[in-house]
Amino acid sequence: MPLYYNEDQAMLADTVTGFMADAGAIKPQLRHFRDMGCKDGFGHALWKQFAEMGLTGMLAAEADGGLAMGHVEAGIVLKEIGRNLTPSPFLTTSVMGVTALSGGSDDLRGRWLPGVIAGDSVLAVAIDESPKHRPERIACRAEKAGNGFRLSGSKAFVVQGASAEAIIVAARTSGSDSDAEGITLFAVPKDAAGISHENLRLVDSAMASNITFDNVELDGDSVIGDVDGGRSLLNKVLGAGRIGAAAELTGVGQGAFDITTAYLKTRKQFGRLIGEFQALQHRAAHLYSELEIATAVVIKAQQLLDGGSEKAELMVSVGKAKAARACNLAVREGVQMHGGVGMTDEYDIGLYMKRDRSLTEFMGDQYYHAERVAQLNGY
Amino acid sequence: MSDLDGFRQEIREWLEANCPAEMREPARDEADVCWGGRNFTFKNPAQKAWLEACVAKGYTVPDWPEAYGGAGMSPAQAKIWREECARIGARPPLSSFGIWMLGPALLKFGTEEQKVHYLGEIARGEIRWCQGYSEPGSGSDLVSLQTFGEDKGDHWVVNGQKIWTSYADKADWIFCLVRTDKANTYQGISFLLFDMTTPGVTTKPIKLISGNSPFCETFFDDVKVPKHQIVGALNRGWDVAKYLLGHEREMISGAGGGDRLNAIGAVVARNGLDDPILRAELAMFDVDALAFSAMGEKFLDEAKVGKAHPAQPNMLKYAGTELNKRRHELLMSAGGATALEWDSERTNGGTPARSWLRTKANSIEGGTSEVMLNVVAKRILDLPGA
Ligand SMILES: Cc1cc2nc3c(=O)[nH]c(=O)nc-3n(C[C@H](O)[C@H](O)[C@H](O)COP(=O)(O)OP(=O)(O)OC[C@H]3O[C@@H](n4cnc5c(N)ncnc54)[C@H](O)[C@@H]3O)c2cc1C
Repeated sequence: MPLYYNEDQAMLADTVTGFMADAGAIKPQLRHFRDMGCKDGFGHALWKQFAEMGLTGMLAAEADGGLAMGHVEAGIVLKEIGRNLTPSPFLTTSVMGVTALSGGSDDLRGRWLPGVIAGDSVLAVAIDESPKHRPERIACRAEKAGNGFRLSGSKAFVVQGASAEAIIVAARTSGSDSDAEGITLFAVPKDAAGISHENLRLVDSAMASNITFDNVELDGDSVIGDVDGGRSLLNKVLGAGRIGAAAELTGVGQGAFDITTAYLKTRKQFGRLIGEFQALQHRAAHLYSELEIATAVVIKAQQLLDGGSEKAELMVSVGKAKAARACNLAVREGVQMHGGVGMTDEYDIGLYMKRDRSLTEFMGDQYYHAERVAQLNGY
Repeated sequence: MSDLDGFRQEIREWLEANCPAEMREPARDEADVCWGGRNFTFKNPAQKAWLEACVAKGYTVPDWPEAYGGAGMSPAQAKIWREECARIGARPPLSSFGIWMLGPALLKFGTEEQKVHYLGEIARGEIRWCQGYSEPGSGSDLVSLQTFGEDKGDHWVVNGQKIWTSYADKADWIFCLVRTDKANTYQGISFLLFDMTTPGVTTKPIKLISGNSPFCETFFDDVKVPKHQIVGALNRGWDVAKYLLGHEREMISGAGGGDRLNAIGAVVARNGLDDPILRAELAMFDVDALAFSAMGEKFLDEAKVGKAHPAQPNMLKYAGTELNKRRHELLMSAGGATALEWDSERTNGGTPARSWLRTKANSIEGGTSEVMLNVVAKRILDLPGA
């Protein structure tokens, strides 16, 4: 498969690019919801529009009312979300949440997917338990109790956790904290008794919550997939989230790069446009190169994931690490090349810098993924 | 899809039957590379058999038209060919400036006669070419070149000097930039082809820091070049030269495949890796190398259907050569004192050190990294005054 969009994908990209630049733009979305101190960190009207365009269910099966598309398509949407810094539950809900639920029973999918696809509800995914991404270690426990389970423990950095109708929780049903096996995924309804949220605003104005589960009673129907056998489904969810975040990062990097090169072509000092200075030209050209490479490896990883290739896991980690590094360079160079105005809230470049930080951390930063690359390569 | 699957199967079987085992080992050094040409001596019978098998099928230049010695493969087929060769580690049957540089330029600018004649020779590995671009006073500022061709009716008489001419002492022919109009800078250069045995051509090898002497000073003293040996129009050689440079840069970037795209951590770790900081650097390198391999694949896919930015090879060359230099710095660090050995048998005559030194030229030859960044800034980013 060639590493560029096919006709359908190119059409999707066209539509989504226009839509996001307009409806998802920084002023009416990110700044608007940030400045009003929105408790969800995103706008529900836009989420409804996502649904009208068919985006909310793009990864869901056709039988479930979705479009049965893949990670390349989801990445197209995420890249535009990134470029416009659009606050949206798309990644957690439509990419990770839907991937998780797709491994569940008819009943479970019937219970949660229609609301998601209609744009009425959002999902959150609770995996990590510490400030760093460490999904290998899951201590949150679900003990068998009657026909169901009793869930206790805590989860950290659950994006949109307090706004979600259901929280997809990776819990331990057997074994010890660092065992690969013994994991079960649950769809926990938001109103289950014993859930408490510490709802926090992050640097990029997104909302995330640290969740505590205190003997939360769950019926057997809330299990997604197999009891104790949830690791492979969890890995799918992680793969989707990681490459999704990487795609969004390439959009953030591109957005930052575009406003920076535009600035180089308008700002004058020493009687010249600053873009005439070779020192800046070379840094801009280097950055261009890094962003192009990141974009290429992200598409490669998406295609491998969609094709079920055994190399997907490696390339997803390469993609997340590379996208994080390239995007980070883009926002740092962006602020620097803007000079003083780069430090002001009025200019958008600082918003890109904030979003980059959050997204880099989400689902593992470049250090985590470079470590995985080493391990997957056998050293 | 099934057509392509069938094609893949066909290629796989053909490779199985025709690619000798010795040709599936990574090339250890220059001597393992088959350059072809009048004076080439094969290192072993396998190298010869492999070349001949590929020539018979047009596989030395799989995507060139059959009429010019290729196999006429479509972009998708050529990709399968590359993938299948990579899968078994098959060495390129033939490596040459003719394939990488002159060939693409002739396909675009050559006359039908030139194509049939020269491309066929290139495809069959009969003629080895060298590149006469750089001069002592004209490196990055190539367009200032002074080598002059005086019009003598049915031929030019060329006088001047080239430098850094890779393999000039081994090449059969040269493609050469010659000024044919002193009043015009860009539109006063012609692209000429001539035989290195033409009277008046002399070469003098230059020794590199790696200890090898792959390139030369080349002198032209009243060299007669017939008029039909021009590619493109008179005084429009710069167009041909630039187009060729695009292909050269793509080639030097390593984006087309091969060892340069591989991760190295696992190989290094085989000999023990007890330094956590080096391991971390290797991991970061592997991230960059594997990401760059996707970039190379994407570029080739896009180039074949006209989707790639025409100046993109400059970016690839910059990124790919800087990466390769980093690769060899890490390999030297991992190798420790052993990698310092200059002529020991166990290092195959100092291969690690010599290769490391050789890579320093990657970001100079074919246009320096700084020049690549200039071109990207100007042609892709459209920055002012660039
Ligand atoms: C191994 C090897 C093989 C080669 N093979 C061939 C060959 O086969 N045929 C051939 O014709 N040539 C060949 N070359 C020559 C090569 O193309 C030139 O060396 C190259 O173009 C640089 O020119 P220069 O050496 O004169 O360096 P210079 O142009 O003098 O550059 C010196 C330094 O100044 C920098 N610089 C120059 N101009 C600028 C600018 N505008 N902005 C910023 N920095 C600048 C350069 O980047 C470099 O760092 C080869 C070179 C090497 C090393």
